[in-house]
Amino acid sequence: MRIFVNGDQREVEPGTLAVALDALGYGNRKIATAVNGRFVPAPTRQSVTLNDGDKVEVVAPMQGG
Amino acid sequence: MVARDFYGVELRSRLLLGTSRYPSPKILAEAIQASGAEVVTVSLRRESGAERGGQTFWSFIRGLGLRVLPNTAGCHTVKEAVTTAHMAREMFDTRWIKLEVIRDDETLQPDVFGLVEAARVLAEDGFEVFPYTTEDLAVADRLVEAGCRVLMPWGAPIGSARGLNNVYGLKALRAHFPDIPLVIDAGLGVPSHAAASMELGYDAVLLNTAVAEAGDPVTMAKAFAIAIEAGHMAFAAQPLEPRDMAQPSTPMIGRAALGD
Repeated sequence: MRIFVNGDQREVEPGTLAVALDALGYGNRKIATAVNGRFVPAPTRQSVTLNDGDKVEVVAPMQGG
Repeated sequence: MVARDFYGVELRSRLLLGTSRYPSPKILAEAIQASGAEVVTVSLRRESGAERGGQTFWSFIRGLGLRVLPNTAGCHTVKEAVTTAHMAREMFDTRWIKLEVIRDDETLQPDVFGLVEAARVLAEDGFEVFPYTTEDLAVADRLVEAGCRVLMPWGAPIGSARGLNNVYGLKALRAHFPDIPLVIDAGLGVPSHAAASMELGYDAVLLNTAVAEAGDPVTMAKAFAIAIEAGHMAFAAQPLEPRDMAQPSTPMIGRAALGD
């Protein structure tokens, strides 16, 4: 299945956001997620099923002003 | 002297410091310490599965033991800002959010219409919003109506180092909102700008570039801290109003008559 992760096209097995994040190497990292512009809280990643073409955003802490 | 409380949090330092654009993490840490800041601003950015920068920065920030104020920098729409705020709340475990909704990329001028809308959505959802706004009174009024209990008007465009572009407008804002904590956010370049902000009766100053991109950020952080304290003390001591005519400081009574 083809999805977009932070703008880049990626191939993942069909499944949940949690499974995709694990496959993409995020593991237990401190991240926050959104799918198609909607915030997905960490506890619900296991219940959000991804669809072909979904746009996933994965962000981490960063310096800011 | 304790600064006014920010959503129930009393701060001793009136300097809020950004964490971006420093030459190194070591200099950032030293600058934060020199500034005496109890609040640092942070952000969120995309990270790939192979990167570790965000995790390293998170460990660094946690190690400081300070309160964090996450921002929505770079957001141009209400939807982007609201989603970013939700991600920040989860990430940093805080209800505080420095809300930025930008309209113009040249001046980074806030989209005040989107700002008010996003502030309302977030305040209703339990966020404690620190809106980055202009000095416009009507917008400030709308933000307070929307649930904001802190206002952060710009001094000048972000990173411009111009100081206070509209002293009249900022004074009017202070007079109009005597009970709302007001923070000058953005546009300051040198400590005298920060002192001037405090002399207007503002409660705090939020800085980043002026410290981070100074030749010696650590010394500049200290200089700003001193200026902010001095400016606040001066305001509390009730400074003179400017006048058009001279007024001799030495009494004229008893002056010796030495003329012809």
